[in-house]
Amino acid sequence: MSTFWSIWISVIVLGTVFGCWWLLYATRKGQTTDTETNKTVGHSFDGIEEYDNPLPKWWYYLFIATCVFALGYLALYPGLGNYKGLLGWTAENQWQAEMQQADARYGELYAKFGDTPVAELAENDDAMKMGQRLFANNCAVCHGSAGRGSLGFPNLTDDDWLYGGDPDTILTTLHQGRNGNMPAKGMMPGMTSDQIDQVVNYVLSFSDRAKDEEAAAKGEQVFAQACSACHGENGKGNQAMGAPNLTDNTWLYGSTYEWIKETVVNGRANQMPAQGGRLSDDQIQILAAYVYSLSN
Amino acid sequence: MSTVNANLTYNYKVVRQFAIMTLVWGIVGMGMGVLIASQLVWPSMNLDFSWTHFGRLRPLHTNLVIFGFGGSALFATSYYVVQRTCQARLISDGLAAFTFWGWQAVMVAAIITLPMGLTSSKEYAELEWPIDILIAIVWVSYALVFFGTIMRRATAHIYVANWFYGGFILTVAILHIGNNLALPAGAFKSYSAYAGVTDAMMQWWWGHNAVGFFLTAGFLGMMYYFVPKQANRPIYSYRLSIVHFWALIATYVWAGGHHLHYSALPDWAQTAGMVMSLILLAPSWGGMINGMMTLSGAWHKLRTDPILRFLVVSLSFYGMSTFEGPMMAIKTVNALSHNTDWTIGHVHSGALGWVAMISIGAIYHLIPKLWGLQAMYSVSLINVHFWLATVGTVLYIVAMWVNGIMQGLMWRAVNEDGTLTYSFVEALEASESGYFVRFLGGVIFLTGMLVMAYNVYMTVRQKEAVAQDNTAAQAA
Ligand code: HEC
Ligand code: HEC
Ligand code: HEM
Ligand code: HEM
Repeated sequence: MSTFWSIWISVIVLGTVFGCWWLLYATRKGQTTDTETNKTVGHSFDGIEEYDNPLPKWWYYLFIATCVFALGYLALYPGLGNYKGLLGWTAENQWQAEMQQADARYGELYAKFGDTPVAELAENDDAMKMGQRLFANNCAVCHGSAGRGSLGFPNLTDDDWLYGGDPDTILTTLHQGRNGNMPAKGMMPGMTSDQIDQVVNYVLSFSDRAKDEEAAAKGEQVFAQACSACHGENGKGNQAMGAPNLTDNTWLYGSTYEWIKETVVNGRANQMPAQGGRLSDDQIQILAAYVYSLSN
Repeated sequence: MSTVNANLTYNYKVVRQFAIMTLVWGIVGMGMGVLIASQLVWPSMNLDFSWTHFGRLRPLHTNLVIFGFGGSALFATSYYVVQRTCQARLISDGLAAFTFWGWQAVMVAAIITLPMGLTSSKEYAELEWPIDILIAIVWVSYALVFFGTIMRRATAHIYVANWFYGGFILTVAILHIGNNLALPAGAFKSYSAYAGVTDAMMQWWWGHNAVGFFLTAGFLGMMYYFVPKQANRPIYSYRLSIVHFWALIATYVWAGGHHLHYSALPDWAQTAGMVMSLILLAPSWGGMINGMMTLSGAWHKLRTDPILRFLVVSLSFYGMSTFEGPMMAIKTVNALSHNTDWTIGHVHSGALGWVAMISIGAIYHLIPKLWGLQAMYSVSLINVHFWLATVGTVLYIVAMWVNGIMQGLMWRAVNEDGTLTYSFVEALEASESGYFVRFLGGVIFLTGMLVMAYNVYMTVRQKEAVAQDNTAAQAA
């Protein structure tokens, strides 16, 4: 901040503290007595009078003590504009120091496992105990504490993968995150409501649940045009882009006509946040092994 | 006192209207509090409608209790006190009536828009811009009536209660307008004029002074009239009132930073917020001491006068929450308390213990006067209400302290590998019994309000009761 603002802030902060001090001092000096009195100051408002009692001593000293504390604190910590404080403390420093401390204390524990291949690590009980805790802290909010997922958040315990369940793919998912994106109406922005009905029925027919066989039959052509680029000609999906397999009757969103229609009409945008940078590489290695262990 | 103008009358009509609405909004707002408290115990109480969901009703609760209940109590008592202590009638009956109907319109608008999800998303300033403009107009009218009446006073000095009411009216006007500056984007949608951390600081500059001026300075004004009146004793120390008034308003405006500890707010602003909050302890206690010591020599009255008991217990809760507040403003303590139920406990020790209890005491004092009676219909029902209110408050805040400290400790507990011992859900599960006790405390407090409503109803329907619209100045 500019020197002007720095001075401005310092002056009003100190002004407020010393102002309180002066107010106390001046009031106390003007006191007519040191002890409790029966004299009033002479006003009367709707019958209410006011005694001319002195400031209670303990209260006076309490007030002074808080002002002294404030001045001491302002000398030690940043509070007066650009002044850094004698301790050189900043919130940023404190955070860095705590992170370093944590790293020094816990880094070793994780580093032990950082170089072990995922599949092997998944067999290691100690590592999996840590994996479970890391999962509870970082992943359970979305994937559930048992990893079974919920609406919009994939189940990590089954063998059905959006992107793939081999160790390398899981590692990529964790390090870089994922953005599953399905445009509204797929590749056919001008899709009519009849066509929507047809394609939804066609998708349902993959799991033998079409509501209207005739519409489903017509839907095949719409699917080829609007959907197959991502979900594949036979609807088996494409892990490279995270387009789900639509034929296995396992659903990220709901399985009903209404849910599928909602996906088609509005599209979907889903995000798995990247953990690289948030968690250490060693921790991610352990987590990948933990996820791997859930279905292997 | 010898200068009383024999032809002078006071406008009690607007006082009466606000006094009754204090009760109405109190019951509706606390009922809403009980409902959202039950939702935190039994999620099915969300009833599966978007407009009965916790997220929508929580701001409705805060708006109804702070602005509906607290606001009406402040309007009622300030209009009463300013007339009596200045020996002057409100400068304009029309403008006073406008503030009444305008304020009620604001509350009705809140009841409609908040459940619909129309919100600016700033806490205690959720109402959207058209309602904000109405609030600003009503508030400026309030300031005109209040300060105009003070200008017209027949007394040489201005009584300390009016300093506090005046400070509250001025500061709330400035902060309401400052914080709500926004660019409208449709009839019920707007974007704040401030960006990023500036917006956060503006919000808590307002937010903390909603506490400091709305819920504190205004109610100290109430305290300075009703405590000496009900105890029939002089104020303990005029000097103390001068020092604590000026120190209170000078330091309160700084303290907002303590709501943003360890955030993106620059370090200097956090430090300033913290040290000013600590200094605030003494000025706050100045008010408590002045009220408590006013009773010295009249302590025996507590045994027979439940109204006085409401006033005294409210001062104790005031002292307690203004000790707790500065402690929570210390960064290391805040690191534990922030975002836990401890804050909620602190809020309600101020809100139920201080704000609600002193308002209830003041309204019990007012009702007979406004209807030309000697006393309330039933003193023993006031006594029952006193115990319900006290027990309800204690259950509420103790449950929240226990929950809050437990949550703070659970959130920071770590295993030997540095991972957190408890997931969020585990801390939530552990809080359930505390939420139930809080719900129970709320039900008990609300029951007390219903007892009060019955007592007030029975008082004003007595044969001798006559609504006093224009009262001669002399009547005590
Ligand atoms: C904010 C919510 C969120 C968090 C936290 C989260 N995930 Fe995810 N995760 C998702 C979403 C959403 C997807 C699906 C992405 C998509 O549809 O493209 C996903 C996908 C995945 C996948 C790919 C599944 C597949 O079928 O290919 C894996 C593996 C995964 N997450 C593991 C984890 C792990 C391990 C963690 C903890 C470090 C974690 N996630 C944390 C939301 C989250
Ligand atoms: C650009 C590629 C793309 C196109 C074109 C596309 N999809 Fe998708 N679709 C996706 C992706 C990616 C997802 C996963 C979204 C997520 O992770 O949330 C998805 C998800 C879905 C789902 C939800 C699956 C579940 O498990 O709940 C359905 C149903 C679906 N698509 C149907 C269709 C249909 C029908 C069409 C053609 C009208 C279509 N998609 C066109 C990429 C595409
Ligand atoms: C019967 C009495 C009451 C009950 C049962 C009650 C209940 C609640 C509940 C359940 C919450 C939400 C807490 C959370 O989000 O975890 C809340 C918030 C709040 N209540 Fe009350 N309440 C009552 C009375 C009052 C009164 C009288 C006031 C003010 C005068 C008040 C002011 C507030 C405020 C300001 C908040 C928001 C606190 C924050 O954001 O930190 N409440 N109340
Ligand atoms: C000296 C006086 C006080 C100080 C220094 C103080 C300080 C604090 C602090 C530090 C917090 C927690 C902020 C956080 O962690 O988010 C807080 C919250 C709160 N306090 Fe106080 N407090 C004081 C008095 C009061 C009184 C008397 C009341 C009520 C009548 C009150 C009402 C509130 C409310 C409503 C909140 C919740 C704000 C929110 O997060 O929504 N405070 N206060």
